[in-house]
Amino acid sequence: MTRQAKEIIIKYIFFVFSLVSVVVLGLIVFSLFREGLPVFGKVSLKDFIFGMEWYPTYDPPSFGIFPLIVGSFIVTLIAILIAVPLGVLTAIYISEIAPQNIKAILKSVIELLAGLPSVVLGFFGMVIVAPWLQETFDLPTGLNIINASVILAIMAIPTISSISEDALYAVPQEFKEASYALGATKYETIARVILPAALSGISTAVMLGMARAIGETMVVLMVAGGAAAIPESLFDSVRPMPASIAAEMGETPFRSLHYQALFAIGIVLFCLTLTFNLIADYVSHKFRQVGSGTL
Amino acid sequence: MLNIFKKTVFAIVAFALMSGVTFAGSSIVIKGSTTVLPIAQGTLEAFMKKNTDVQISLSGGGSGEGMKALIDKTADIATSSREIKKEEVELAKAKGVSPVAHVVANDAIVPVVHPKNKVKNLTIDQLSQIYQGKITNWKEVGGDDLKIVVISRDSSSGTFESWDHFVMKKAKVAPQAQMLASSGAVVTAVAKNRYAIAYVGIGYLNKSLRPLQVNGVTASAKTALSKEYPLSRELYMYTDGEATGDTAKYVAFVKSAEGQKIVVKEGFVPLMDVKKAGKSKK
Repeated sequence: MTRQAKEIIIKYIFFVFSLVSVVVLGLIVFSLFREGLPVFGKVSLKDFIFGMEWYPTYDPPSFGIFPLIVGSFIVTLIAILIAVPLGVLTAIYISEIAPQNIKAILKSVIELLAGLPSVVLGFFGMVIVAPWLQETFDLPTGLNIINASVILAIMAIPTISSISEDALYAVPQEFKEASYALGATKYETIARVILPAALSGISTAVMLGMARAIGETMVVLMVAGGAAAIPESLFDSVRPMPASIAAEMGETPFRSLHYQALFAIGIVLFCLTLTFNLIADYVSHKFRQVGSGTL
Repeated sequence: MLNIFKKTVFAIVAFALMSGVTFAGSSIVIKGSTTVLPIAQGTLEAFMKKNTDVQISLSGGGSGEGMKALIDKTADIATSSREIKKEEVELAKAKGVSPVAHVVANDAIVPVVHPKNKVKNLTIDQLSQIYQGKITNWKEVGGDDLKIVVISRDSSSGTFESWDHFVMKKAKVAPQAQMLASSGAVVTAVAKNRYAIAYVGIGYLNKSLRPLQVNGVTASAKTALSKEYPLSRELYMYTDGEATGDTAKYVAFVKSAEGQKIVVKEGFVPLMDVKKAGKSKK
């Protein structure tokens, strides 16, 4: 066999391997839509998205997921409000301030945090955070928005901090040197030179953190309380979309309307995370540093 | 001579067939209700100790999941805390599966509260009003002036369906009710919350919860068996057609006096009055 033939064969082998993940994704999306779309023959899209009542097993059933969407968004939003400052500041500390040995420890601890199974965090939220919240604030229940948001924030921090750190690391040395040469302090350099230069990367980190939080299932299933109503306060229980799917899929009859409705929730979630990813992609291109700062 | 030859061939074929059958039967797959899980677990351990050649694998997932597996022929036995649904029977027929029900135990659903709650007894009507969100304070039913936090199982769980059947009678559970995904989560939530009311299968009762009387009747093996306790239901194992081979042996074992003793040990209500059945608590 000639060398060229070998090269060609190897090229195609790699091509096939890289195709596998694309094909798998395609098949998953296909089956998601195939199982979920039929529900819209029975329930209009508007009633599905904006319906206020989620009673899938009653007769007649109602499939309104608006309270579930609100639940997902509010929990994600608060989680991000907590996770972004923590994640970004951690990244700044690690990449710009920390001495070498602390940096090594911090990085591995954060990696460890990323590796914690969500069920462990969920259990922590259920058994420790919930009773504590309830006693401290004298609440009727500790399984609520705040609890779920805090736990989700813990899960989103590693994503946000490691991607932000990559972005900060990619800021060229010349920028910092120029800043110092002009007499800027360390704080001024970080706040006015490094952060703006890394902003697109940090935004990507935030969007990916949001995608991570909104799709997270186990935590919201265990600690959000699961009430399918629009919350009136931050201490009310909610039922985010992934929790509904996970809780109900096991018991629903195969290919029933309820089953299809759960897949349709999956479609909604898929569209949301896709949107987050597209925004992240757009932001990172639009605000990309050009020249030597290019990521 | 020929006769002997024939007999030998017959024996070999029969042996092959039988071993085929035992092979298929010697690994039993059970899937389904999390309520029935402890019963299946306990009985299959005892059964496999006696029949070392039989391998049984067990997984939960819920009654619906079990039926799905039975219909797809990926499970030999589907455990269920409810009767098979009409849609499931139709789907099974279409796939050439004919589910047969075996009642393996009884379960009583018990409303529970935090041990510090003063309320001892509720009527079915009061329970229904609480779950519909019409009674919202414990003082309305004779307790302290505290908000009631209603905890329910997910609307697709078998336990929820029984609750719906016995208590709600098709009325809707208020959307503000917390819907928890497992009986274990319900127990944890109530044990730590003095505002809460919830319901669990009798097997899940423990010291951290206080069971309520329903219509003045305390839930126990005796009152459930005599149907005096109003919230009792049957638990099932479903097989495709009448069970055969080791599957039949296993189902028979579960229903036997020995199997029913395990049912009692796991905190459920046996099918018959097992001698010295004892208390229904774990």
